[in-house]
Amino acid sequence: MTTFTDWDVIRNLIYSLPWTLGLSLIAFVGGGILGAILLLARLSGNKYVVMLIKGYVQVFQGTPVLMQLFLVYFGIALFGIQTSPLLAATVCYSLYASAFFTEIWHGSVKSIPRGQWEASSSLALTFFQQLRYIIFPVAIRISLPPTIGFMVQIIKNTSLASVIGFVELTRTGQMITNITYEPFFVYGVVSLFYFSICFPISVVGKKLENKYRFIQ
Amino acid sequence: MFDFSVLVDAWRMFLDGLLMTIFLTIVGCSIGTIIGASCAWGSVYGSRWLKLLINIYVEVFRNTPFIVQLFFIFFGLASINLRMGAVAASIFALAINLGAYACEICRAGILATPKGQYEAASSLSLNRFQIFMYVVIPPALARVWPALVSQLIIMLLATSVCSQVSTEELFYVANLISSQTFRSFESLGFVTLLYLLLAMAFRQILFWFGPAFIFGKVKF
Repeated sequence: MTTFTDWDVIRNLIYSLPWTLGLSLIAFVGGGILGAILLLARLSGNKYVVMLIKGYVQVFQGTPVLMQLFLVYFGIALFGIQTSPLLAATVCYSLYASAFFTEIWHGSVKSIPRGQWEASSSLALTFFQQLRYIIFPVAIRISLPPTIGFMVQIIKNTSLASVIGFVELTRTGQMITNITYEPFFVYGVVSLFYFSICFPISVVGKKLENKYRFIQ
Repeated sequence: MFDFSVLVDAWRMFLDGLLMTIFLTIVGCSIGTIIGASCAWGSVYGSRWLKLLINIYVEVFRNTPFIVQLFFIFFGLASINLRMGAVAASIFALAINLGAYACEICRAGILATPKGQYEAASSLSLNRFQIFMYVVIPPALARVWPALVSQLIIMLLATSVCSQVSTEELFYVANLISSQTFRSFESLGFVTLLYLLLAMAFRQILFWFGPAFIFGKVKF
């Protein structure tokens, strides 16, 4: 039987960091792309599409992430596809993030005065030109702080993927605890790791919020 | 392909789970909001050290995942002989987590109080505590109520994580039934729907409850 020194604990937790960061990145990119598509669909203004997307957002905001993970995990299996925790987590977090991103971005687009839309359409700009040259340059600045704030949420929520057996920081912490019986130390270190990832991002988010406050 | 009859057979367990979820939410949210409001008071009027302490508390709990906090409280504190049951640990974790978020939210509301309000209140010879309780907090809560309600809904959904320390709430029951009957999609889907309805109902109730009992019908 081998013994675990404190350094072994920390080293193994460091090895699991890429999985937490990787999953967060996948969720951020996947959710961002899907969220942008949903945003465009919602802005195009078809009544049924808007209703559908509102329902989609409501479902993801009104149910626990844990529940969504399990549903995706077992749901994919229903179609006869072999599910791995990685696949389920990727799909679930991308969908989850997309729902929040559309909501955040839609809010920032909506906060731009109607006059800007009207002025730009009186200049005979097409819908996409309006977005590209008039709406998005401002909307992106408004939406930047909450988007970064949500990034912290994603990183924290990837910890729930441990429950479906995705081996990231939290799961590794659990496994090490099962060997060393030192939950106080191990979960303390795990918390410290999460904190040192999330805190700088939070600070940047807050800085940007103060910087762009003048726009609203 | 689907068979929902297993859910009907286990209705009693689902009901117990639902009640436990509601219980955790109500107790956790009440204590959490009180912690949040007190910390907000401290971080606005307190001494420099108190402010620093509260700031550290808020940042630590806002920047670490709830599940790790829960594990730390349930397993970590037990290992240094601070033992509590699963339900107690869940409530403790929920309250202390919400406290950090509610502190930030309430603080924003308190800071937006116009100076004239303090002056008017102290000219009525109210003391500091009275000013805070009767003059500052009600309109401050009214100002930030939508944000606070969103946070409370997030807390309702976070109770599902408490199943990981064997608190027998809704998600725990759903998981148990799904592994007993192999009807995972039915039981999990049903409970997802329950959570959705619960979240919508909770939102409606809070938007009625706040103005009716906490801050009166103040208009801004």
